[in-house]
Amino acid sequence: MKPAFSVLFLTTLIGMGQGLLIALVAGQFYFVIGSGSEQDSGLFFATGAAVGLALLGLGLVASFFHLTHPERGMRSIMRWRTSWLSREVLLLPACMGLAFLYGVAHWFGFAPVLMTFGNQKSLDLTMAIGFLLAASCAFLFIATGMIYACVRFIKEWATPWTVINYTLIGLSSGFAACAIVAAVENALLRDFLAGWAALFTLLAFAAKGVTLWRNKHLPPPFTLKSAIGVHHGSIRQLSQGFNGRSFNTTEFFTRIGPEVKPWLIGLMLVFGFAAPSALLLAGWADRYLPALIAALPIQYIGLLTERWLFFAQGQHVQNVYYQRKS
Amino acid sequence: MSRKQLALVIDLNICVGCHACVTSCKEWNTSGWAGPLSDTDPYGADPLGVFFNRVQTFEAGEFPLTETIHFPKSCLHCEEPPCVPVCPTGASFKREEDGIVLVDYDKCIGCKYCSWNCPYGVREFDTKQGVMKKCTLCADRIYDETLPEDRRKPACVLACPAGARMFGDISDPASEASQAIRDNAGFQIMPEMGTRPANHYLPRRKTMLVIHNDELVRADNPLLKEGELPRPQLSDPFLDDITSW
Repeated sequence: MKPAFSVLFLTTLIGMGQGLLIALVAGQFYFVIGSGSEQDSGLFFATGAAVGLALLGLGLVASFFHLTHPERGMRSIMRWRTSWLSREVLLLPACMGLAFLYGVAHWFGFAPVLMTFGNQKSLDLTMAIGFLLAASCAFLFIATGMIYACVRFIKEWATPWTVINYTLIGLSSGFAACAIVAAVENALLRDFLAGWAALFTLLAFAAKGVTLWRNKHLPPPFTLKSAIGVHHGSIRQLSQGFNGRSFNTTEFFTRIGPEVKPWLIGLMLVFGFAAPSALLLAGWADRYLPALIAALPIQYIGLLTERWLFFAQGQHVQNVYYQRKS
Repeated sequence: MSRKQLALVIDLNICVGCHACVTSCKEWNTSGWAGPLSDTDPYGADPLGVFFNRVQTFEAGEFPLTETIHFPKSCLHCEEPPCVPVCPTGASFKREEDGIVLVDYDKCIGCKYCSWNCPYGVREFDTKQGVMKKCTLCADRIYDETLPEDRRKPACVLACPAGARMFGDISDPASEASQAIRDNAGFQIMPEMGTRPANHYLPRRKTMLVIHNDELVRADNPLLKEGELPRPQLSDPFLDDITSW
């Protein structure tokens, strides 16, 4: 498949944004259930929500570059019953709205207690919005992952690993981004966030390894036998019917040759997972701030490569019909 | 299969790969009210264009025992179209009344997601109009009552000089298309994808002619020898004012 840069930016940016927002809510929950009395300021949570909102907004802007008729974009919420793409379009503004409310409630310290439990713990408004926010971010991870995982004609994509990978990568980069916000704000949550960011990065690394292994051992995606219904052991294409290009020869193929892909896989594994997890661990265990802050920009290069490869490695069934020009 | 399902039946035994269906399809559909099927750089070095129908050529076997198969490919108007439910706007739809899968160009946002969900690669994106396009089974002419009844067929069917393409309702067992599928072992392509394509193909068939020895000798030769027959007399009866001299 041809990687579209709009989609690469969309998926990496909103994934990071969702991970960051989930990290914030997890951090707040960590304080709520914890025994300590100290807590990070509302300003930290508001700043974090603003950064998350900005990431989601940038992703939304990137998504418009993918459409040829963005002015009709609103129509894309119509088929949420059947289309994961439609569900994503619904969930993204929902996450943004909740992130806005979460940030505003924290900014103004508007946290009336909604419920008190038997163990003297209570649920206030910010935490309640936070739970809704984390849930919608989690659903958005699933929706975005399923957009690809439900395309059953691309075997590399049609697996639960697509959703698992995407979610873990989002959590990894999101927690790392949140750790930077915490470091800048000098928040108590910094080590908590850095530690979990390192853990999620390692988990994402492992999941990516499993996916790479799985894709390497896939059966061939298509046979000419069933494609043209001729029961013969040896069939080859003489002509695809035209000498120029068509949508089918541009959208479903990458121009970069197969000899480059191993290098890109190496770049992805080092920049996307190995280096950032080492830096995050250094930032967590040794409280070495430059390492903590450097992890995310390095990881982002790796994650763009990861998304690019995700598309480039997808072999669509239709390619069986476009193997030879003449 | 009670609902009407219009479809094409393409006989691979007849198709000679002349591309007449391709050009007539392009001509008809680029001239219609829905706007042209755009081409970029059509006469240049790197042309890119939208077609609803392509004829591809395959070869089976090893030289010299090979067989050439010309394979016309257009939207199969699946009965379980995977491209329809994934469309976020509802621009891609399967028409209830006749089973044609269509795109509403006024609703399409150009996300191309439907094309990812078609295993046959028959949807083509029009970069100039910014919408996804595909075969309409000539929905604009098959119901056109200003045309004589025998011309109310898709352009490709009318154009095929060899008669390799049939058009009809495959849910009606009495239709010509259904009969052709039944009688000639018509098949669907990529049945394992679960799309239940409506368009069917008829397989290539071996055409054998058995000639027995006695058929090589003229049995109606009264003089038992080859050569010109004797001239009849002028008084002999003749047929239809034509005489043999």
